Amino acid sequence: MQSPESVPASLYEKRKAVFPKAVDGRFRRLKWLVMIVTLGIYYITPWLRWDRGPYAPNQAVLVDLAHRRFYMFGIEIWPHEFYFVAGLLIMAGVGLFVITSAVGRAWCGYSCPQTVWTDLFQHVDRLIDGDRNAQLRLEAAPWGAEKIFKRAVKWTIYLAISFWTGGAWIMYFADAPTLTREFWAGDAAPVAYGTVAVLTATTFLFGGFMREQICVYMCPWPRIQTAMLDEKSLLVTYKDWRGEPRGSVKKAEKNPGGVGDCVDCNQCVAVCPTGYDIRNGPDIQCITCALCIDACDKVMVQLGRPRGLIDYATLEDCKLEREGQTPRPISRALFHTRTLIYVSVWSAIGFALLFALGNRQRLDISVQKDRNPPYMLMSGGELRNAYTVKLRNMESRPRPMQVTIDGLPGGTMWTDDMPSDKAARTLKFDVAADRADPMRFYVVAPAGTHPQHFEFKLKALDAEGGEDESKVRFDAPGEEE
Amino acid sequence: MSNKRIDEPTGVETVGHEWDGIEELNNPLPRWWLISFYMTIVFAIGYMVVYPAIPMLSKGTEGLWGWSSRGQLAKELDEAQAGRAATLAALAQVPIEQLPANPDLMRKAIAGGRAAFRVNCVQCHGSGAAGGIGYPNLNDDDWLWGGNLKEIETTLINGIRQPGNAQTRTSLMPNFGKDGILTPAQISDVADYVLSLSGKAPMNANGKLAFEANCVVCHGADAKGSRAVGAPNLSDAIWLYGGSKDQVVGSITKAHAGVMPAWGGKLDPVTIKMLAAYVHSLGGGEDFADAPTNPAAGTTGNAKP
Repeated sequence: MQSPESVPASLYEKRKAVFPKAVDGRFRRLKWLVMIVTLGIYYITPWLRWDRGPYAPNQAVLVDLAHRRFYMFGIEIWPHEFYFVAGLLIMAGVGLFVITSAVGRAWCGYSCPQTVWTDLFQHVDRLIDGDRNAQLRLEAAPWGAEKIFKRAVKWTIYLAISFWTGGAWIMYFADAPTLTREFWAGDAAPVAYGTVAVLTATTFLFGGFMREQICVYMCPWPRIQTAMLDEKSLLVTYKDWRGEPRGSVKKAEKNPGGVGDCVDCNQCVAVCPTGYDIRNGPDIQCITCALCIDACDKVMVQLGRPRGLIDYATLEDCKLEREGQTPRPISRALFHTRTLIYVSVWSAIGFALLFALGNRQRLDISVQKDRNPPYMLMSGGELRNAYTVKLRNMESRPRPMQVTIDGLPGGTMWTDDMPSDKAARTLKFDVAADRADPMRFYVVAPAGTHPQHFEFKLKALDAEGGEDESKVRFDAPGEEE
Repeated sequence: MSNKRIDEPTGVETVGHEWDGIEELNNPLPRWWLISFYMTIVFAIGYMVVYPAIPMLSKGTEGLWGWSSRGQLAKELDEAQAGRAATLAALAQVPIEQLPANPDLMRKAIAGGRAAFRVNCVQCHGSGAAGGIGYPNLNDDDWLWGGNLKEIETTLINGIRQPGNAQTRTSLMPNFGKDGILTPAQISDVADYVLSLSGKAPMNANGKLAFEANCVVCHGADAKGSRAVGAPNLSDAIWLYGGSKDQVVGSITKAHAGVMPAWGGKLDPVTIKMLAAYVHSLGGGEDFADAPTNPAAGTTGNAKP
C-alpha cells in the first residue's frame, strides 16, 4: 500500500473553462464562410422541393424509411441499391483521408459539426456576456441579478439553437412542411419527438458545455489522425527557431539579435477555442482552426515584423526553414503522392458509382420457384409448376409490361388472378408505379415434358422500353434432357 | 517500486511504475467522466431494482415493474390477436361465395389459411398439400367432392365418412373381389379397361362388358365419375390410390374408404373459411359455375393493381 502522502491531490480534473477572444483575419473569415455554408446546408436542405410527379414525394432530399426509399434530387435509391449509399459513405471516409493527407486536421478545424456548433455557441457567449475579459469577470462574479439574467438569456438561446438543430434532423425523414405541422399539433410519431429531444439535449450539452472536451477525450478521429499525419502534412506550427527566446519589444530594443520574434503576448492562447498553447508544439488539443495564425499575424503587423510566426507548415519545410533554406511552395505540400493516391481511390469509387447509376435498370423481374411440391400432375396428364414472380417498376409512373415464356415447348401460363382457361405464352400487365408486388404464376406444359430450364422475359411496352429476364427450372418427372 | 518523478518535457508527474524504461504519465481524467461513471452505477442499481436481476435459490428477483420476457411475449401475442380482430370479424361476416369479390380479404384469408393448414392438415396432406397415396393432392384440378370455395368449405366442416354427421361426404364402393362379386380374372379385365381410358393399357373388351355391368352406376358410362356420389373420374391422370395395374386391381378387390375429420366441431367457422380459401388458392380451385367471379380476373390486362 502506498502512503497517503504519495496519493495525488485529485485523480480527476475539473474542466478549465475556455473563453476564446474574438479575432478577425483570413482564417476567421474562412471559418465564417464554412459555418454559413454547412449550417445553411443542414437547416435548409429538407425544405428544398423537387418535382417527381404524382407517385413520389416532392422533397429534394428524403430518407423515407417507412417506404424504404432514399431520394436525393434526381436520384431514387431502392433498398436493393443500398450499395450506392454504402459507396457514398466509403467516399466520405476516404474523403477524410484525402483532407487529412492534404491539409492535416482541416476537418476538425473547420467543418466538424462539433467545431461548427461550438463556434456558434461561443459567438452566443460573446453576444451575451461580452468578449473574453468580460466572460472571465462574469464567471468569477458571484451569482447576482446580472449573472442570473445573462446566464438565463444565454442558455435559452443555446436551447433554441439546439432545438432547431434537433428539429431540422427529423425533417430529412419525412415531408418537412407536413411533419412541422404534425409536430406542433402533437400528431407526429413518438420517435420524432424522441429524436428531437435527444438531439436537442446532446447539442445543448456538447455545444454549450462539453465543447473541446469532446475532441480531447471522446472523439476517435484525432487519434486516427495522429497515425495519418506525417512530415509532409500541413500543421499549424509555431516556428520556434524564429520566435525563441521570447522577449518583450523593450528587451529586443536593448538586445537586438538576442531575442526572438515572439513577444509572449499570449494572443494565440487567448483566441484558441480549445485553450491550447500552440507554442508547445502539435497536440491532440490543436484542431488546426488557425485562429492563432490570425491573432499572431495581427500582432506581427503591429510590431512591423513579418507575418507567419505561427503558420501552416509541414515538418519537412520547418526543417528546411530552420536550416535557412527556402521552404517549398505550399502547393507541393497539398499535392504529394499519398494525397494523389487517396484522390484517385476516392474518384475511382465516385466514377464507379456514377457509372452504375447511369446504367441501372429501372425494371426488373425476379422469380422464385415453388419447391413444395416441385411439380403437379394435372388431371389431363399435363405438368404444372408454380412460381412467385415480382415485377419491379422503379419509375414513378405505372408502366405497361409483358412477360413471355422463352423456351419450354407447349408451355403456357396464367396467374392466380385470372382463370386458367385464359392461359397464354405472353401475359400483359399494368405494373403500378414505384412498386414490386408478388404474383403467383402457374406454368403448365404438355404431358411428357422433361425437366428443363426456361426464361421469363420481361419487356416494357411503353416508349422508353427496357427488358429483363430470369432463368428458372421447370420440374417434371424423369431426367433433364 | 514507487518512484514518482516529474517528467521533464511535459511537467506531469509519472505514476511511478517503469516497464523496460517506459513510464506512464499521471494525467488526471476529466471530472465529468467520473460523474458519468457514478451515473452509470446509479442507473445499474435502479435497473436491478425495477427489472428481474438477482438470481435467488429457486428463481430470480422479479423487479418492481414486473417485467418478464414471457409476459412481454404474451402481451405481444395479445396485441397481434387484437390487430387481427377486425379482419376476423370481416371474414365472419362475408359469406364464402362473396370472398373472391373482395381481393384484400381473400388475400388475408389465404394467409390465415396457410398458417392453419400447417397446424391441422399437413399430417395427412403434407406441408406442400401434395398429399400421397390415399391422401388427396390439393394442388391439382381433380376434385372428388367439388372444388369451388363453397364445396371445399362443406367438405371441411363435415369431413369425409364421419359417422353421426348427416352432411358428411360418404361414398361406398363394393368390395368386388373380397365379397366375390367379380372373379379375379374379371377384375384384371376391368382394371385393364379402366387403364385403357387414360391410355395406360390396351383396350380390353371383356373388361368393358364387366365395367358396364358393375361400375357405370357410380362412375358413369364414360367413367368420368360423379361428384354427387363421390365417385372418382377414372379416365384422367390422377389416381388417389395409385394408377398401376396392381393398385387398380387392389382397389377393385377391396375398396378404399379414406376418412377426414369433420372440422366443423373442432375449428371455428372463420378458420375453416380461411382454410377453404387457402386450399382453393393452391392452383386447382374452381370458380362458381353460375356466379360471376372476380371481375378483375376476367381480363388478362389488369392482373395487379
